[in-house]
Amino acid sequence: MAAPMENATKGTRLSGSSTSFQKKSRSKLIQIPGTKPSVHTGQLIVSSGVPSLDCALGGGLAVGSLLLIEEDEFDSYSHALLQYFLAEGVMSGHELFVASAQDHPDDIIKDLPSPLQDEDPDLKNASSSSPGQQDAMKIAWRYQNLPKFQSVLSSSSRFGHYYDLSKHMEQDLLQHAKIHTFYLPEEQPASTHLSGVLGPYSVLLHSIQSLIRQNGFDGSNSQVKTCNVLRLALHSLGSGLWGDDVCVSPAHNHALSTFLYVLRGLLRSSLSVAMVTVPTHLIRNKLLRGRLIRLSDTAIALQSFSAADRNNSLYKDYHGLLHVIQVPRLNCLGCEVPDTKDLAFRLKRKQFTIERMYLPPDLSDSVSRGKQHLSHWSSFCLTASSEWSRSSRAGS
Amino acid sequence: MFVELNSILNTSPDDVTQREFILLSDRKADASFLIHHYLSFYLKAGCKVCFVGLVQSLSHYSAVAQRLGVNLVQAREKGQLVFVEALKASAAVMLDQTGGDVAQMSDYLRSPVPELRALFEFVRASLSQAEAEADSNSPPVLIVDDLSVLLSLGVSVRAVLDFTHYCQATICSQLQGSVVTLVRCDDDDDDDEDESSSHLLRALSHQCTLSLRVEGLRTGYCRDIHDQVEIWWRGTGENVQSQRKIFQYKVYDKSVSFFAPGTSSAVL
Repeated sequence: MAAPMENATKGTRLSGSSTSFQKKSRSKLIQIPGTKPSVHTGQLIVSSGVPSLDCALGGGLAVGSLLLIEEDEFDSYSHALLQYFLAEGVMSGHELFVASAQDHPDDIIKDLPSPLQDEDPDLKNASSSSPGQQDAMKIAWRYQNLPKFQSVLSSSSRFGHYYDLSKHMEQDLLQHAKIHTFYLPEEQPASTHLSGVLGPYSVLLHSIQSLIRQNGFDGSNSQVKTCNVLRLALHSLGSGLWGDDVCVSPAHNHALSTFLYVLRGLLRSSLSVAMVTVPTHLIRNKLLRGRLIRLSDTAIALQSFSAADRNNSLYKDYHGLLHVIQVPRLNCLGCEVPDTKDLAFRLKRKQFTIERMYLPPDLSDSVSRGKQHLSHWSSFCLTASSEWSRSSRAGS
Repeated sequence: MFVELNSILNTSPDDVTQREFILLSDRKADASFLIHHYLSFYLKAGCKVCFVGLVQSLSHYSAVAQRLGVNLVQAREKGQLVFVEALKASAAVMLDQTGGDVAQMSDYLRSPVPELRALFEFVRASLSQAEAEADSNSPPVLIVDDLSVLLSLGVSVRAVLDFTHYCQATICSQLQGSVVTLVRCDDDDDDDEDESSSHLLRALSHQCTLSLRVEGLRTGYCRDIHDQVEIWWRGTGENVQSQRKIFQYKVYDKSVSFFAPGTSSAVL
């Protein structure tokens, strides 16, 4: 939360081109590509690379904050989110820092999704279909003023890019990006006595700190006058490959929580934003998960449906549920509250989207529905024998 | 400072004489708005405040305080506010080992058996100094946001309780001041772990004179009612019976509105 964020314009609404209002002071401000002041708090925010996720988190990720992603069971969707985050950094010209203990960071970067040229197909369809809706409703006139049904979360102003997961980003785009990598097996083990408190993360913390300091993201280095945002992507912290034993023993271990706390302190005093994924379902100590969430600013959890769950007809349109566990309250009393917390994600052929979850309409014909009701009723009925109800359900 | 909360608690910044040990806590909710309330409340009352900010940066607190009509930077320059930037210091302490007061105070980050002795010494020194100057009658106040972070950093519940006990003895009894602390619970109530924040909360509830517990709504998420707060007063003197009231609330940009359960404007 360095000084530039405080004098960022407050409450400028950039929705559409219909308004001619423009704040005079805008031109004086430092403009960093890929950032904008938040509509609600005036905080400088960046896109996470998934516009629907930005929307669910109240506009985007605040610079200086930490996003914790609780990985899904097989780390496939959280890995995709990490790549979106990095790809958005490449497209916005931000500096990147990728740390991993499992996949080599170069491999993660090689597989970044390619940006879509014809941006946002959904929005285009929506705008082209809206003029046709002008004809007034005659019978169900009460529904006239209701907003148009839209399950995909999207904001009116465009922020962030859309990506095609099926293609990889072109080499020349990647070559222009400033990318720093950290691959644990290639690093020198920590020699300082501090490794006792931070455990396996002390090397990582040192390299992040020296990067921030040398490249002037905290404004301390007066020779380097970079005005850019640093995106930190830390993959699968807490897993066994990092040399952490939180997944193995239920004993109290403070290395990961201390690391997150100190990282938060670093982020707060610099122009950087971090995305951390943690396999929380593997952590043995049940107190630790809540603490990690409290120590990060934004926390989301991905819950992918296993093959068994996808047979459930309720969820057949989605690939998993997205839980927004914590939304930050930065520089303001309250936070932007969403109207629903029932969010689901879906990985379409090319892109990852987050939608409000709706139950699918029951399109089965009324006869079978009547029977279903009967069978439900009978199972609740105390006098009916269980055998009878089972046979009637088999018949329906 | 929220006027509605003042009228519920029957306090006002013009008349702060009680020695109180106020415990703020939350579970599946966010009670940080109460910290902002008390910070602006005591600054408006003219008390000397020592604020230990363990979770957020100074700019965050001052941005919120600005909305509540208090200027933290001015208060700090006047010497009315002593702000301990513990979060900012943590990075410096962990990585550089540079000297200085704040680094020394944060020895809980480094030592193998973390203690809060240095932090307490600093708090006592900064608040008793105010007492020595004694140009005003207003009592000194300590605000800690929040204690449960210390547990994540490896400080034991016992060490935290020692710290609060010393603070209560020094500030509430000796200096006739007040202490406000926040404890955030992230575990289930029935967890019987030794080092859990629920354990800390139970121990502090036993100590406190006024407790404000913020809890998530049992009926689930709602856009118009944020959460509910249970206010508990310890009985004193003749009426030993403690009092308990529950309110629901909604946080706005600059204020918070409290209402009796079920009487939100969205419901009625």
